[in-house]
Amino acid sequence: MADIQHLTNLVSQVRRDIVRQVHAVNSGHPGGSLGCAEFLVALYNEIMVHDPSFNMDGKNEDLFFLSNGHISPVFYSVLARAGYFPVSELSTFRKLNTRLQGHPTTHEGLPGVRIASGSLGQGLSVAVGAAQAKKLNGDDKTIFTLHGDGELQEGQNWEAIMYAAAKKVDNLIATIDVNGQQIDGSTDHVLDMGSLKGKFEAFGWKVVTIEKGNDLASIIAGMQEAISLSRKQTPICILLHTEMGNGVDFMMGSHKWHGVAPNDEQLEAALAQNPSTLADY
Amino acid sequence: MKTYTNTGNKDTRSGFGDGLTELGQKNPNVVALCADLTGSLKMNEFEKNHPERFFQVGIAEANMMGMAAGLTIGGKIPFTGTFANFSTGRVYDQIRQSIAYSDKNVKICASHAGLTLGEDGATHQILEDIGLMKMLPGMTVINTCDYNQTKAATLAIADHHGPVYLRFGRPKVANFTPENGEFHIGKAVMLQEGTDVTLVATGHLVWEALEAAKTLNEQGISAEVINIHTIKPLDEDAIIKSIQKTGCIVTAEEHNYLGGLGESVARTLAQHNPTPQEFVATQDTFGESGTPEELLEKYGLNATSIVEKALKVIGRK
Repeated sequence: MADIQHLTNLVSQVRRDIVRQVHAVNSGHPGGSLGCAEFLVALYNEIMVHDPSFNMDGKNEDLFFLSNGHISPVFYSVLARAGYFPVSELSTFRKLNTRLQGHPTTHEGLPGVRIASGSLGQGLSVAVGAAQAKKLNGDDKTIFTLHGDGELQEGQNWEAIMYAAAKKVDNLIATIDVNGQQIDGSTDHVLDMGSLKGKFEAFGWKVVTIEKGNDLASIIAGMQEAISLSRKQTPICILLHTEMGNGVDFMMGSHKWHGVAPNDEQLEAALAQNPSTLADY
Repeated sequence: MKTYTNTGNKDTRSGFGDGLTELGQKNPNVVALCADLTGSLKMNEFEKNHPERFFQVGIAEANMMGMAAGLTIGGKIPFTGTFANFSTGRVYDQIRQSIAYSDKNVKICASHAGLTLGEDGATHQILEDIGLMKMLPGMTVINTCDYNQTKAATLAIADHHGPVYLRFGRPKVANFTPENGEFHIGKAVMLQEGTDVTLVATGHLVWEALEAAKTLNEQGISAEVINIHTIKPLDEDAIIKSIQKTGCIVTAEEHNYLGGLGESVARTLAQHNPTPQEFVATQDTFGESGTPEELLEKYGLNATSIVEKALKVIGRK
């Protein structure tokens, strides 16, 4: 059973890490990062079998690929708090000579990152390849991914979605962060994608919907359901309904905080809403 | 003069296909991906022998490049196969982010490069791919000249860790390099020593350069011929050593003069030893339909053209 209190504490600390990283360099993407805090905390601390000593090949480990690389602040915080690299390194986010580049990369050798992402729409193809490599290696672990909902406007996703179903890539669980927002406004306003569930199902995927994507118990239950559905000839999609900016009241639910850093006052307000539980970096 | 014998015209893409077949038997980590051009890329044998290691992705090159990157995670050595146009321009950002910037050990194998694809015309005749690929940090760029060399290069790149662009073509051309010869990435091959002019060629134009050297020899001009199969990293020492002897150079390639081998050579010479240079290459133009021979003649990419440029550059010394 999950220790929800422990995970809740971790989420609070991760939210602090997110806003502090972004504030320190007055750049980065807090909105989507905050919205995915519970998901990534649950994934790395409850769901995946993984080894923070980090080996690129990740044999006999579950692997995660972040496709919407701009939410690097939450990814870096969760990796650091899971022991992949020193938590103190979060202070180097987006600074010259850092391993914590604006968007995640393997190029600087940051443990925990297996692919560069940031230019959108590429992560699912990479994940499909990694899933096929696992099958060739007789490795029964699972590939997890995260994508933005707006990111699905990139056509490459649909090439990968078609392939994964046709070739029965069933060791793959792809999660879509359905926060309904993108840079220019709501996804419905910018480019209405209709029913994502209908689209994935029409392509031959099984879909699990997590309505409360900022609730740890709901996330864990939904992911366990997805795992139970995997390895049955079809890839699995999780539609994770989150709130952009969740956990910081003035950032919640708006695309305005997609790529804007809080000022000093806003930082204090954000931190006041998310108590320090594991000590700040 | 050394003489080179054409042992019979063969297509370079078959050199790739046969190399891949051999790799399939030798190296269990080699996997292959193809975007609906298995026959054109001569990947059928590999597919037949190793169906579990062959990934037919359909007409979806972007997904193919991403999948190839992913397959390296777990230790596979992926070889992607499609036409040069769809191997580069169509998927530039996928290669840039998921392969080159991510340091993935992917071998991008590209057939039907250049004008000699022929009748299909400009939509398929990419003349910009060497430039696109050589600009990517960490990318090795190879353009082989005949069947034997393409097969040797295919085998060699499997043992080289890092992303590689291997460019070859469609038509049957002279096969003259040694059978089962060694292939050293980044090492120029001296084909013919000479003293009056250096001819540096890549791909299908290497044979044309040898033919040009014969013609020049009949006119009493001693041409040195160097096969540059690896455009990046460029064997700068071989080029500089040669021009210090000859004092002038002609570069020849089936590619735009912008971004190709000629430009890499020009940069090297400008930096280390400024030297008169002439370019046998397309002049910032798209191709068109025609037979390979007609196209090479119209766009000045043959032995005749190399001879003309050699005489011109000698006059500039």
